[in-house]
Amino acid sequence: MDRMLYVAMSGASETMNAMTAVTNNLANVSTAGFRADLSAARSLPVFGGELPSRVYVAAERPGFDTRPGPVQTTARSLDVAISGEGWLAVQAPDGSEAYTRSGSLRVSDTGLLVTASGDPLLGDGGPITVPDGALTIAPDGTVSLQATDQVAVLGRLRLVNPDLATMTKGADGLFRSTGQAEPDASIRLIPGALESSNVNAAAELVAMIDLARRYEAQVKLMQQTQENDEAATQVLRMG
Amino acid sequence: MNPAMWIAKTGLDAQQTRIGVIANNLANVNTTGFKGGRAVFEDLTYQNVRQPGAQNSDQSVLPSGMMLGTGVRTVATDKSFVQGNLIQTDNALDMAINGRGFFQITRPDGTTGYTRDGSFQVNADGDLVTASGNLVDPGISIPDDALSITVGVDGVVSVVTPGSVAPTTVGDIELAYFINPAGLQPIGENLFLETAASGAPTTGTPGEDGLGTIFQGSLESSNVNVAEELVNMIEAQRAFEASSKAISAVDDMLRFLNQNV
Repeated sequence: MDRMLYVAMSGASETMNAMTAVTNNLANVSTAGFRADLSAARSLPVFGGELPSRVYVAAERPGFDTRPGPVQTTARSLDVAISGEGWLAVQAPDGSEAYTRSGSLRVSDTGLLVTASGDPLLGDGGPITVPDGALTIAPDGTVSLQATDQVAVLGRLRLVNPDLATMTKGADGLFRSTGQAEPDASIRLIPGALESSNVNAAAELVAMIDLARRYEAQVKLMQQTQENDEAATQVLRMG
Repeated sequence: MNPAMWIAKTGLDAQQTRIGVIANNLANVNTTGFKGGRAVFEDLTYQNVRQPGAQNSDQSVLPSGMMLGTGVRTVATDKSFVQGNLIQTDNALDMAINGRGFFQITRPDGTTGYTRDGSFQVNADGDLVTASGNLVDPGISIPDDALSITVGVDGVVSVVTPGSVAPTTVGDIELAYFINPAGLQPIGENLFLETAASGAPTTGTPGEDGLGTIFQGSLESSNVNVAEELVNMIEAQRAFEASSKAISAVDDMLRFLNQNV
């Protein structure tokens, strides 16, 4: 069988993988703080006893889209969006430090400030414990409790801005940095607002059409292989 | 079957839930003490198809791997406990809480429910009850010959009876509060129930310990912002369309494959 069929098949299956990434972006078009996954394709030429004429392909996720998403005001006191660059530090379920842009915060039953998925937010000295009361979060990340006549400062959210090149998205949707992440005092929060997903729905839909047509081209090649094969068989039969 | 279709299906599910929450908010735009909800989404776990940094050959490693997301899920439907507008009704038994706290209501099964709806009435026995007939806790009994009822900002209920100059105190309204009100379970009838997530209730006198004050003759209207909900609805509709477009695109690809190979 001609190896062209396998090249076309790998092209079709990797195009479908890229399609999966696009579909995931579209499914998360309204997930707060979501960062769109980028997809790319890389050529993998086969070197062997002959000329490297066969080039397979591998779909890849080179990273995530780092552009900030649109900020939506919600008026909820525990919603925070990050203005510009920067990340909120949270404690991942395995105890490690991870980062998120999803600022829909709440207070857990144990009195910890947590994200919507229940990961505790980190302050300067570990998770922030908050007593019952009306909480406010200042633009510099200071969490304070407002009582009738006084304001008590409870801690300050750990806001970091590691080099984006060192950041990767983990399987749990949280981000981690391989480098050092020091608190950055210049990061500003927008209280009472949420950053929505940075997925560009129009671009993803166009990418989807593009991938669908590419897939059809690969299938067309598979069909062509079959026709070539049939023609060759025909020639042999006549001879 | 192809994962792309199932991922798009999670997108449809999520937007469907969101529309449901928005519809419920809009339906309750005139419900006294109603607190609007919103659907909170989270991306599902990622599948590691090719590990970044894995050995590609003896000398090279993969610079970037491939992690495919598996979609989205609704992680919570959060209630927003932002204060609703206070509407003047001049009805002596209408009470609104200005600030934090909940009225405590004894449910028919003896458990306590919590509400922000202060449109109270008096039943045949003279007890203060909600519009659904559940008793207010602690119980307050209004004498049948009461000429006027006054509720103070601190919850003291006093009545003036014929023949007496000074008002008589008939009870105190206490408010309950929770460390995490968003963790309360809404059960309908404008009531919330305590859950493990909300924490245990602490009761107190209105106006003290950061609790809200009581406004007699007012009701707290629904805190639903209609304009915001309508914008959310348009957004959810378009996101739904994008995911259904993804399903039909994958469907077309698979159909093309089946027909041509």
